[in-house]
Amino acid sequence: MLVTKQQSDYAPPATEDPRMDEVARAVKRFGYQQDALIEVLHIAQRAFGYLDETLLTYIARQMKLPLGWVYGVASFYHFFSFEPPAEHNCVVCTGTACYVEGAQKILDLLEKEFGVKPGQVSADGRLSVTDFRCPGSCGQAPILVIDGELLGRETPESTIARIKQLLANDKQAKEVAP
Amino acid sequence: MNRSELFNMAQVEQERQAKLRFRILSCASTPCLSAGSQDVFNALQTAVTEHGLNAEVDVVASGCNGLCSHGPVVRIQTGDAPDDIYEFVTPEIARQIVARYADENGADVSEHLIPADAPFFAKQQRIVLGNSGRIDQEDIEGYIARGGYTALAHVLREMAPEQVCDAINQSGLRGRGGAGYPTGLKWQLVRKAPSNKKYVVVNCDEGDPGAYMDRTILESDPHRLLEGMAIAGYAVGADQGYIFVRGGYPGAEKRLNQLERVIRMAEKHGLLGGRVMDSNFSFRIDIRLGAGAFVCGEETALMLSIMGKRAQPVPRPPYPAQRGLWGAPTLLNNVETFANIVPIILNGADWYANIGTEKSKGTKVFALAGKVVNGGLIEVPMGMTLREIIYDIGGGIRDGHEFKAAQTGGPSGGCIPAQHLDSPVDYESMKALGSIMGSGGLIVLDDTSCMVDVARFFMEFCVDESCGKCVPCRVGTMQMLRQLEKICNGSATMQDLEILEELCEMVRETSLCGLGQSAPNPVLSTLRHFRDEYEAHILERRCPAGVCKMDQVPVMELAEELPRRMRSASGQKEVA
Repeated sequence: MLVTKQQSDYAPPATEDPRMDEVARAVKRFGYQQDALIEVLHIAQRAFGYLDETLLTYIARQMKLPLGWVYGVASFYHFFSFEPPAEHNCVVCTGTACYVEGAQKILDLLEKEFGVKPGQVSADGRLSVTDFRCPGSCGQAPILVIDGELLGRETPESTIARIKQLLANDKQAKEVAP
Repeated sequence: MNRSELFNMAQVEQERQAKLRFRILSCASTPCLSAGSQDVFNALQTAVTEHGLNAEVDVVASGCNGLCSHGPVVRIQTGDAPDDIYEFVTPEIARQIVARYADENGADVSEHLIPADAPFFAKQQRIVLGNSGRIDQEDIEGYIARGGYTALAHVLREMAPEQVCDAINQSGLRGRGGAGYPTGLKWQLVRKAPSNKKYVVVNCDEGDPGAYMDRTILESDPHRLLEGMAIAGYAVGADQGYIFVRGGYPGAEKRLNQLERVIRMAEKHGLLGGRVMDSNFSFRIDIRLGAGAFVCGEETALMLSIMGKRAQPVPRPPYPAQRGLWGAPTLLNNVETFANIVPIILNGADWYANIGTEKSKGTKVFALAGKVVNGGLIEVPMGMTLREIIYDIGGGIRDGHEFKAAQTGGPSGGCIPAQHLDSPVDYESMKALGSIMGSGGLIVLDDTSCMVDVARFFMEFCVDESCGKCVPCRVGTMQMLRQLEKICNGSATMQDLEILEELCEMVRETSLCGLGQSAPNPVLSTLRHFRDEYEAHILERRCPAGVCKMDQVPVMELAEELPRRMRSASGQKEVA
């Protein structure tokens, strides 16, 4: 018996999320080519910040690939993340040059101060710490990337100070806002 | 654009630059950005406007000048005089620099001026990095004014494809990705492969943590890469090129957008795309994004990633030169290799073959980092000794510490100890010392680094990056890491060291691809040169460098150890 796929299988999920359109446009721009999966995942992650099941299912349907295939590719590469990002993100480079210059001390102190290990999000969901190799500014090691800003020559103490400042600023802003 | 229009454009730009009073090139590459070069650039622009010099002075964002540890770096070009390079520039000093050049009596900024004869620059031979830091990152006119695209014009008009392959072969250029396969030979293989569809791929994934040459070349002098790729396309008969760039890391977005604009710009001028320079040769270049997998340095894995799949290597043969992307013959080279093509065509194969040693020709770019005074991106002729690189160019070890080892080749390489400082840097000598040339990461370690911990660090990386396809690599690296962790925490016995050595052998001999085959290298090379440190960890239970915590004991000794610990915990005195 010929099974016809229902229209709804290929329709975007019910959400009116404009970011989903962006993903749909990307799939279309690559001519629905299955080879462009990694590019599409990049665009999806940029739009949403992370890849969740709905999004992966949507991409799989749009590109006519099995969901397992899409998840297989996405989970293979380090860059794709399946967890929503925290409010603030501190990336510590653990490349060789930063390792030599003591990146581990930064990570240790971060764990001590905020209780967050690399790859984890703090209990209140406000700070995540990631280790990463490597943004390529070894001359300025150790390197930190806090909320997208690249910072060189950091010490464990200056890192903690920066993050405390960042979290405190939020608090102030919230107190003023309402 | 045809040949005469190209020369015309170069002349117009040269004349425009000659009329300027001076040009300010503010380094905008990643290391300088992390040191705050964006503020410096803004300050320079404001200062130039304040002095009313907008018409007479250029302020441009340039690529890397090399001295990354002393960033932000600003270069001033004044007419025919040698360029002045300033280090540690802050926005305040940037304003003073502009004042100084606008008016002779301006503030004195000589404190930040790097002397023209500083060994960091004097000892280098910058061929690949020849334009880097001297031109606007994106501006095609600036590149053309420095002779850009003339090599492509020459090749298209004067040379047959096989002549180009021969020239590259004669030059003795070897792949700069690490393995050192003769580039000319690879080109000939792809050229001879029978197919009407071929591809040129450039590997700019650069997974080695602690190396950033390829990204910097791509960022500082992108047109040279495009030109090199187009020449390769012409030589092997390909009409499509891919630049495989790692996406997703901080700063990648900006770099990718820039690259995209650069490609469009070259296409707009008829230097890429259909009918390049009004010839019959067509060549398109597209960007493909990597997503962070070290294994993509392996060529079959890289091609699978371009095709949107999991990057798990497949056995070779067939080699990419026979069956690569979508089954078509594919030429795959590293960024630095392609960046060498233009100088070889312009200056001749013999000129290039005269640089370097007998078997390793030309120059090599290194990302010099670690405990040296001058860290950054350097380019030296092959055969220079490590001592010259570290002590003359690098300025020696920081803070009065002792040199311990130089780590080359990243996680696939090894450590070279002090007694081999005078050995030349080329493919063969590095291999003989148990390391590899690699793509060019060169990390200097001093006496504060523990070599066992260094090996553990790299093994942790390999465990993380093993693609999981073959068992020796997936399980073997994990087991090696366990042994190394035992040594580092003090719970290892000499038997563990034996097991570690056995594992090294097994993983090296039986892994499917280069990642697994070279994963034991950091362990093997540290064992070879620093065996005493391993033994100190195991037999004396101490870490000579004081890095490892050594807070555990071997299981066998635990039986004797426990009562003693309990006694000391309860405050009893030990009975002799």
